[in-house]
Amino acid sequence: MEGNLNMVGYGLAAIGPGVGIGLIFAAYIAGVARQPEARGTLQGIAILGFALAEALAIIGIGLAFAL
Amino acid sequence: MSTQLLAAGPGFEAPGPADFEFPPLFTVAGFEFTKPMLIIVLGTIAVAAFFYIAARNPKLVPGRLQFAGEQAYGAIRNSVVLDSIGTKHGKKFVPYIVTLFFFILVLNISGIIPVLQFPASSKIAIPAFLAVISWIIYNAVGIRRQGLGGYFKNMMFPPGVPWPIYFLLAPLEFFSTFIIRPFTLALRLSMNMFAGHLVLLLCILGGEYMLTEGTGALPFLSPVGFLGGIVLTFFEGFIQILQAYVFALLSALYIAGALEAEH
Repeated sequence: MEGNLNMVGYGLAAIGPGVGIGLIFAAYIAGVARQPEARGTLQGIAILGFALAEALAIIGIGLAFAL
Repeated sequence: MSTQLLAAGPGFEAPGPADFEFPPLFTVAGFEFTKPMLIIVLGTIAVAAFFYIAARNPKLVPGRLQFAGEQAYGAIRNSVVLDSIGTKHGKKFVPYIVTLFFFILVLNISGIIPVLQFPASSKIAIPAFLAVISWIIYNAVGIRRQGLGGYFKNMMFPPGVPWPIYFLLAPLEFFSTFIIRPFTLALRLSMNMFAGHLVLLLCILGGEYMLTEGTGALPFLSPVGFLGGIVLTFFEGFIQILQAYVFALLSALYIAGALEAEH
């Protein structure tokens, strides 16, 4: 079985952003459940937070292929 | 492509970055015209034609095409630009952000359109160029609105912070605004499309390999690969729309941040 250790490292590195994105959407769902009329405002913030947390995973996969 | 991969040697050759390099379709004076470039040209024509035809003959009671065009334009204008920048200043940036969204959208969606089946935005050059345009716009807007000194002062030394924090905050904010933002903007789009295309390739090529070359129980497992490919194609379509939205939203938010005199 052949492979690249980079990918194992990337898998480990992706745990962090995965947990982070989970927390962001958990907070978003809780917020909408408490105050359904705030959905529009919260959606933009949630997507922004998701994009920022995801950037870490994305940098990880970029480096996994580049290094 | 798959036959080339299988002919390369015994055993399954996993797809990799090499699958993102295309031989030139034709060469004009040393300039190689490749498939991603073809997708860009086709995508630009498609978007331009769609909006031209939708807005060519506007009626008070819109027809189907006009309605679709107005809805698509209005959704981005309201939910991305005007909500984040504000109605007063936002109107100036509507053309740029809406164009950005639909351009990125067609380049992304080309990844799941049969025949094309390659997200042109997975080539880093395209998102990088778009990120540079956004970078220039939000910095220029900030400098024009607040003055060169005011822009840097508001960015690096936001008021309402105890002064020792500035030693940490000022370089971080500077680094974030000038280097991290454009890099993540470009890398996020490019690597999302890259990873998504790679996963689709893996599912389909793996399914095909198990069906044609597999021994024992492997051929019976190949539907799992194909089914995964079909499901992931829909998931990928969702991601592609989301990423175009995120790129446009972040560009709008950066512009909005540069427009605010006070944090």
